[in-house]
Amino acid sequence: MAEKHTAGAFDIRNIIGLLLTIYGVILTLMGFFADAETAKTGGVNANLWAGLVLLVVGLGFIAWSRLRPVVVPEDVPPVEDDPTRPAPRKKQRGGH
Amino acid sequence: MVQGLAGAVPAADTLIDAGPVDYLILVVYFGFVLGIGLLARRSVSESIDFFLSGRSLPAWVTGLAFISANLGAVEIMGMSANGAQFGISTVHYFWVGAIPAMLFLGIVMMPFYYGSKVRSVPEFMLRRFDRRAHLVNAISFAVAQLLIAGVNLYLLGSIVHALLGWPLWIALIVAALIVLSYITLGGLSAAIYNEVLQFFVIVASLLPLVILGLNRVGGWGGLTEKITAAASSAPAKAGVPPAEQQLNSWPGQALTGFDSGFWSVVGIVFGLGFVLSFGYWTTNFVEVQRAMASDSISAARKTPVIGAFPKMFVPFITIVPGMIAAVLVPEIVDLKNGGSPPGGASGKGVAFNDSLLYLMRDVLPNGLLGLALTGLLAAFMAGMAANISAFNTVFSYDLWERYIRKDRSDDYYLRIGRLATVGATVIAIFTAIIASSFSNIMNYLQTLFGFFNAPLFATFILGMFWKRMTPAAGWSGLVSGTLSAVLVAFLSEDAFGSASLGVIPLGGQGAAFVAASTAFVVDVAVSVAVTMGTQPKPVEELVGLVYSETPIETRTDPNEASYPWYRRTVPLAGVALVMVVVLNILF
Repeated sequence: MAEKHTAGAFDIRNIIGLLLTIYGVILTLMGFFADAETAKTGGVNANLWAGLVLLVVGLGFIAWSRLRPVVVPEDVPPVEDDPTRPAPRKKQRGGH
Repeated sequence: MVQGLAGAVPAADTLIDAGPVDYLILVVYFGFVLGIGLLARRSVSESIDFFLSGRSLPAWVTGLAFISANLGAVEIMGMSANGAQFGISTVHYFWVGAIPAMLFLGIVMMPFYYGSKVRSVPEFMLRRFDRRAHLVNAISFAVAQLLIAGVNLYLLGSIVHALLGWPLWIALIVAALIVLSYITLGGLSAAIYNEVLQFFVIVASLLPLVILGLNRVGGWGGLTEKITAAASSAPAKAGVPPAEQQLNSWPGQALTGFDSGFWSVVGIVFGLGFVLSFGYWTTNFVEVQRAMASDSISAARKTPVIGAFPKMFVPFITIVPGMIAAVLVPEIVDLKNGGSPPGGASGKGVAFNDSLLYLMRDVLPNGLLGLALTGLLAAFMAGMAANISAFNTVFSYDLWERYIRKDRSDDYYLRIGRLATVGATVIAIFTAIIASSFSNIMNYLQTLFGFFNAPLFATFILGMFWKRMTPAAGWSGLVSGTLSAVLVAFLSEDAFGSASLGVIPLGGQGAAFVAASTAFVVDVAVSVAVTMGTQPKPVEELVGLVYSETPIETRTDPNEASYPWYRRTVPLAGVALVMVVVLNILF
């Protein structure tokens, strides 16, 4: 492979970023359109603020992974399973 | 669908009133977790990207996974229950009971684990001592996992109960089915990813809870005023600790239940800070494995040290909500004043364990409520899944394969493993019922840790640093340590719940600290005595198992010295230590 091999969608920052962004959108919409229930929160539109913060953090993670992508090395040792948490046994990999 | 089911079971009164948007948030999370699991499975055959990016995980990711693997039932429900009952002295579980041990793990133990290739505690016992120590350890480990899985399952079930109002036993069965499907759908093969995700969801849900709760009680000043007022007006029979004990971390008599401040400090520093905490962190391979996933010995050492930084601030999102609940939530106020309000997540009356759920009910609007429930469910589910698979491994490979049926095919042991998973889940339903009889889950957990971790730590640390220690001392130390802790718990006021006899006038978590300290001392004494009368292993069999016999090259990273200070283990640990001391002085 000539070009650099990046982790892309598997980069955990993208996964975190996507989930937090989705939550940010949901909560922001709740903040705009649903009852703010200010008796509970003590007068703050909690959904709106939390939603906006989540949006910023979520997009921040996605931006971070775009700016500094993880480059996957071509030559890696075989993956060892975590013996304390068995998944179905993996077959030995035969390279690419 | 969930609401349809809820309608089918006649139980109208639910503790928490969740709306459709809350369920949407929950569904999105489970979609992510199952999606990661499926991707991880597919990637085994089609692409190696997933695991490759997993192998090159940066230290901040493994550090967070390290904390998150432990940010389950104990942390969230136990610490908030403790905060509600005892106030700020609960921070000892973090600043005395976790950080020093985590730094020790990073600086001293991790290079040894990395160099010696020891990958599990039973394996260490077998190679360092003999089959007897291995058998004792494997059985005690398996039992401990079943009991702790019960704690996680109980908390999971209590949330299902709070949401849907079903009786606890139905909620427990439903929760057990959820965990089983999570394990079988491959959620665990991507454990580190899920744990990091879970960390962010928990922080995103608990942080607003703290901020809104403080807003309701009038800030930190308002909280301390209300706690002071509540403590002075509480009836004497309720046994509420005085306000100055609830608002200052030292000497922590509220937590230990000791009358003497001096012995309280000794109990916290030796029992909690040394025996329980070092025992937990240095021998807990569920945690250690997280660190091993990083790419170099230097990164492995830094993992617990980096984890120590977020860990320092976890009390602010777990203990503080408990303290707020104790003055803001009517049911918890009543409970703390000696009342027994009906309701609660177990359906058998309100307990301190319910503090967080009640606070969520009173403070969070729909939307944020869903996020908070998601965080809790995720944490307990992952916690129980980890217990079940740890049990599964030890049962199938350390017990069944080694002692019962040898030399069968891999398929055979996989089938045994699957049966063990189902069996363990069923047993966990029963251990969950034991857990449900404790009003404060933390008392129970610390008692269990005293039985299992304290003797293990004593044997482990002796065997690691003292090459003369004999195989016979290995197993006899473990057995006598555990038995002595059980005896102390049995003789105390309430460490065993209603089974305790009350001969020793100790209750609360102080009894657990004493039981753990006893186990440690007895284990060391018996090990030394037995070693004197028996034959040690030849030195050449101890390479990689005893510190002095492990070559220094396998314990150090040649590149470490060339990094800037903030990427080296020891300076980072120094910074963490200074911060913890400052926090101890402030509170």
